[in-house]
Amino acid sequence: MEKTISLIRERIRDGNARVVTAEEMPAIVAELGEEGALREVDVVTTGTFGAMCSSGAFLNFGHADPPIKMEKIWLNDVEAYGGIAAVDAYIGATQKSATREESYGGAHVIEDFIAGKTVELRALSTGTDCYPRRTITTELLLENLNQAIMLNPRNGYQRYNAASNSTDRSLRTYMGLLLPNCGNITYSGSGLLNPLANDPHFRMIGGGVPAFLGGAPGMVVGEGTQHSPAGGFGTLMVTADMKQMSNDYIRAATMAGYGVTLYMGLGIPIPILDIEAVRATAIRDEDIIVDVIDYGIPTRSRPSLRKVSYAELKSGVVDLNGEEVRTSSLSSFRKAREIAGVVKSWVEQGILTPVQPARPIDPLKSAMPLRETTRGPRVLDIMDRKVIAIREDEEIRAAAQKLLKGETNHLPVINTAGKLVGIVTTYDISKAVVSPGKASLVRDIMKKKVITTTPEEAVDVAVRKLEQYNISALPVVDGEKRVIGMLTAMNLGKLFGRWLK
Amino acid sequence: MKLVVTFSRKAGKKPIIAQVVRDTGVLINVERALIDSSEGEALIDIPDESCALVKERLADLGAAVRVLEDIISLDESRCVDCGACISICPQEVFSFDDDWRLRMDEKKCVLCGRCIEICPHRALSHKGEG
Ligand code: SF4
Ligand code: SF4
Repeated sequence: MEKTISLIRERIRDGNARVVTAEEMPAIVAELGEEGALREVDVVTTGTFGAMCSSGAFLNFGHADPPIKMEKIWLNDVEAYGGIAAVDAYIGATQKSATREESYGGAHVIEDFIAGKTVELRALSTGTDCYPRRTITTELLLENLNQAIMLNPRNGYQRYNAASNSTDRSLRTYMGLLLPNCGNITYSGSGLLNPLANDPHFRMIGGGVPAFLGGAPGMVVGEGTQHSPAGGFGTLMVTADMKQMSNDYIRAATMAGYGVTLYMGLGIPIPILDIEAVRATAIRDEDIIVDVIDYGIPTRSRPSLRKVSYAELKSGVVDLNGEEVRTSSLSSFRKAREIAGVVKSWVEQGILTPVQPARPIDPLKSAMPLRETTRGPRVLDIMDRKVIAIREDEEIRAAAQKLLKGETNHLPVINTAGKLVGIVTTYDISKAVVSPGKASLVRDIMKKKVITTTPEEAVDVAVRKLEQYNISALPVVDGEKRVIGMLTAMNLGKLFGRWLK
Repeated sequence: MKLVVTFSRKAGKKPIIAQVVRDTGVLINVERALIDSSEGEALIDIPDESCALVKERLADLGAAVRVLEDIISLDESRCVDCGACISICPQEVFSFDDDWRLRMDEKKCVLCGRCIEICPHRALSHKGEG
């Protein structure tokens, strides 16, 4: 049996349609079977509420008198993109305030507009014959704008990997605070309620399909940026009128140490036309599997610690190498559920009416990494190749003598096999001299935990280590833990001379 | 019941809390301590019925004592029930109820401040605390 969109629309019009949320669907299919569910259910609604950085809005301010071609634009000190015509701008959610940094940004401007607060517009121009004015400052309410059209380049990720951190330091990321030694796992997404999880082959979700966005009826535009459904990471570009939005479903947020983001509510109704749609919307949290990614490794392809289902993530604890690790969602399942409920009543009331996609989305694409035609500096480009090291069984005095020659403040300590086992600094030696105890050998006073870098590592990553650990030198080691160079603040000085010309 | 104990160490490096335990026989659970060479502050947990006794003895030893109430507070209008605070709290103060609404067990809080810093929606703060 198959159903048509017009049949479903007719049932909605007549008030006979059966609309259910994606959370209710697994039980319905279990009870009625797939055929039975197909007969019974007309529309399945979805919802998600979480941080969606890739969001923003086009604003039109109207013309001033005398008119100005706004080239540089700030809203409450947050820069908006002004390179579009004279009085249009795009305010991006993650743009930071020029004065308030992390605590205020584009997302807050959007939130303040929707909350009915005044926002200060400031703009500059070089002035032209047709637009003579050079500056303007004015206070605006959302109702004073001609248009405020939210257009989010990438929302509604099909799924998103969970995050943990194997290093011995806390990491502050866009996935929240990640405690050291895999002390927690964070994840984002509503699992079985997620729109694209319920239509992974993009059969019913596509351009022109109605959607709930931030509390307003809106629409899917088409595929989102970085759309990568081949690997299960499809995305959507979505739009709606900001003037109809509500702060219940759109909230500015700050991820400590990362920056500003926007929590967006998104929900899409999926018409049930055939058995495949029934199967897709019967998805359970148990069926949605993601990787737990180790954010401690600062490369593009970070390693996975294990695979995990949404059911496990939502249970609150996940087993990681025999340890029970607590989980945190970053998105709100309660809100996601509420949104799926609103979408349900909107479908019943005819506010969102299911249609066939006017512009289908490619279900097989995969996103490419950035093509980099110039390579940033690596540690081997600037490291000091002359290594002065000391053996762990030498006397402290020998270390002091080496340091006294003044070429370095850090001595890597090696064992008889030539492998790095520790580090001593001028400070460690002074301390040993001031309070002489039993220590007489280098090994007694050295720091055994050495933060190191490798010749191939990007300098930016090594610099981040220096900052994070508040140290001023990193031994550069090869695969055998032999010290082949040193990277110090001095080398970095050289770098700025050479690379940043 | 939780008490914040502030003491100066100038007078000599007496182990104040250990001494109170010995003198009163009350078991004191030190939940947080910040001590440098001149000053110290500790957050201690004691059975409610021993409160008066412990407070008195601490005061005798020259420490300032105040009772800690309502230490962490949630602004429900800001909270979206995201759960970011759940896994980072060392005391497991937060959890979800059956409706995925954030639930708090404030009594377990030791005021480390971590959740206040990381809540993406600035929904958490100290209440009645400077
Ligand atoms: S992190 Fe903040 S917004 Fe999220 S659940 Fe906790 S208190 Fe609420
Ligand atoms: S202040 Fe610390 S102990 Fe108290 S609730 Fe927040 S994270 Fe938990």
